[in-house]
Amino acid sequence: MKQKFARSALWGVLAAIAVSSTANAANYDLSVDYVTIDTGEMKTTGIGYNGSSPGPTLRLKEGEEAVIKVTNNLDEATSIHWHGLILPYQMDGVPEISFPGIAPGETFTYRIPVSQSGTYWFHSHSGFQEPDGAYGSIIIEPKKREPFKFDREYVVVLKDKHPHSGARILRNLKMMPDYYNRNQRTLGDFISDVSENGFGATLSERGDWGSMRMMPTDIEDVPGFVGLINGKSPEQNWTGLFKANERVRLRFINASAMTYFDVRIPGLEMTVVQADGNNVQPVKVDEFRISVAETYDVIVQPTADKPYAIMAESMGRSGYAFGSLSPQEGLKAEMPARRMDAPLLTMADMGMDHANMPGMDHSSMSSGNENSMAGMDHSNMAGMDHSQMAMSKDDPFYAAGSGLTPKAANGGKFLSYADLKAQKPLYPERPATREIELRLTGNMERYTWSINGVKYEDAEPIRLKYGERVRFKFVNETMMSHPMHLHGMWSILDTGNGKWDPVKHTININPGTTVYSETEVDEPGQWAFHCHLSYHMASGMFRKVIVEGGPAVAALENGVQ
Amino acid sequence: MKTLTLAAIGGGVLATILSFSFTAKADNHIFYGIQMEQFEYRSGDEDENLFVWDGDAFVGTDELKLRWQGEGERDLKNDLYENFENRLVLQTPISDFFDAKAGIRLDTPSTTDRWYGTVGIMGLAPQWFEVDADLFVSETGDGSARLDVEYEGLLTNRLILTPSLELNAAFSEDPEIEVGRGFSSAEIGLRLSYDLIDRAVAPYIGVAYERKLGKTADFAKDDGEDYEATYLVTGLRLLF
Repeated sequence: MKQKFARSALWGVLAAIAVSSTANAANYDLSVDYVTIDTGEMKTTGIGYNGSSPGPTLRLKEGEEAVIKVTNNLDEATSIHWHGLILPYQMDGVPEISFPGIAPGETFTYRIPVSQSGTYWFHSHSGFQEPDGAYGSIIIEPKKREPFKFDREYVVVLKDKHPHSGARILRNLKMMPDYYNRNQRTLGDFISDVSENGFGATLSERGDWGSMRMMPTDIEDVPGFVGLINGKSPEQNWTGLFKANERVRLRFINASAMTYFDVRIPGLEMTVVQADGNNVQPVKVDEFRISVAETYDVIVQPTADKPYAIMAESMGRSGYAFGSLSPQEGLKAEMPARRMDAPLLTMADMGMDHANMPGMDHSSMSSGNENSMAGMDHSNMAGMDHSQMAMSKDDPFYAAGSGLTPKAANGGKFLSYADLKAQKPLYPERPATREIELRLTGNMERYTWSINGVKYEDAEPIRLKYGERVRFKFVNETMMSHPMHLHGMWSILDTGNGKWDPVKHTININPGTTVYSETEVDEPGQWAFHCHLSYHMASGMFRKVIVEGGPAVAALENGVQ
Repeated sequence: MKTLTLAAIGGGVLATILSFSFTAKADNHIFYGIQMEQFEYRSGDEDENLFVWDGDAFVGTDELKLRWQGEGERDLKNDLYENFENRLVLQTPISDFFDAKAGIRLDTPSTTDRWYGTVGIMGLAPQWFEVDADLFVSETGDGSARLDVEYEGLLTNRLILTPSLELNAAFSEDPEIEVGRGFSSAEIGLRLSYDLIDRAVAPYIGVAYERKLGKTADFAKDDGEDYEATYLVTGLRLLF
């Protein structure tokens, strides 16, 4: 009797679990609409969600099945990609890889078994809808308590909204790659360089760049944007309220088409607790650089009853986003002075000599720091192994002598990839089964971008085997930084910290550097893998990844293209 | 006749570009662009006034483009076309910075018409010199060559000083169009432009000096014409 009761109770509990796991579907609706984007300085027609750009913040819960109905009110096809979410590939939202796309007037229902937590975002993967405004944020509440405390939280979505449409921008870049670069070196710069360095040195330096037909000012392809925080221009001043001494969690998302931002909150130390949705061991920083498509969660604790500025200057200093953390509505923070000394690329960023890839010479790394043009062993530049370089004082994820190496505005701590350590390893450590080299290639003058010299349209897919652990070797042979995003599976960034290597969805590779990441191939299907700079992606720095084998291989082989 | 030719060629180019730009909506690998490097009024000594243009338009992919190149000189005093040239070429990359091109050229000035076949290269030479070098063979079997070089000097990021050079040479004499063997003509220019609207509209002022050379100059002298001229120019550089 007792045993029978116990047994039925057990069945009851099991049934309850079974019911709850199917009944915990949560419904969300998104419409894709033409919207007006008004930054104060400009008014453009763009694309948004539920009538606005940016779209809403979706709050999902770990463990639920998110059922998201997306209705396309545009007169062109659309799609939504859930950036960083681990899901069945048919739900990943990349036209021609995951699904056919969402035709005008149609509704597509995404079913996402939510198996993770953290800060993510979503955006269109069709044409140039994302630069045109089709993006929004995702917060996934964890099942378990988080390893840090906060009293309130805000999503801080950064965007480089340009007055030109995405299609027009790419056409202009194809016509004239420096169409938007109004920070080129002029006669005045030549004269001031002559007075500083002498005529001969200046002429030979100009000659070096001229013989390569490259520009040291070529850090951002598309200046001329208005930097937005949560859709608000600096003038419109997005404001997050706080009470003194509260711990405020800021979920930074860079939803920009092309722009990296250097983010600081003068007067406040930021504790980085999460990167790309995964908790990291807390790091206190004064400033951090957020690549396109990355997310960083930071916690700040303003003690004074006064407004603080959130300042996000673009990496090339051509633009900025600004907002306030304020004790009361309408109280605007004072905007910190912009750093107008735009960085210049150096020969180190050019990689100079790609012929000699392997190995790294520590002695040449420690030199060549002050003057990048002189006395540097260029042959070793492209072959640096960052995992071995964490002990170096400079950020090892930039070429030694790079003009892009960031410095905190207050002279303090600037976050490096080398600082990121996983809070809790997601996967057991094991050696990679094989290495795949991906050379990031392109021709700035033609504005063509590719991987291993081959554009997407001409390339064979990358074939991975379900169950393997693949090591990607990214060799950046271009003069630009590229945020590489693998869909559907995590990228474990090799920072040399072994099992504590951080787990990311987007890995930035700076010019003239080599970066490694490893992926446990644990999701079947086919996935996109690309540079997240919109116009690099559209120009061909993109690959399809096919995972062969695994549970859903039958579905794939049964004609899902 | 000339107006008709211009209309026909212009209309053809426009139609091609429009049809491509409509398909480009579906395929984002096809691009197009229209550029007028020179679109100017020239005033010389002895109230010689000219209207001059030099432009090009393209449509196509990274690998293959159809390009129209056209230039002309209308003598406003005597109401005739001193030069009226249209080229249609296919163009494909041959190196990081250079494209090869091949196609046809039709000259329809007020004097004598000529058809040509043409091959050439265009691209960006070291130290930022824009180069266009072409070979021509006319319907009469006469060969000629042309070199165009241009450099954009940035006084500021919007105020741009552009020196340019055009040099023509003929491999044989074609008396009907009054071209002699050897270097036949040269033109040097210096234009100061200001980017008014993006890169789309840039008004400029400048000077242009053109001179017929060698035997070609002799043809002009024999006709009692000037073989050299200096002009003040005002115009617009356009890019769409």
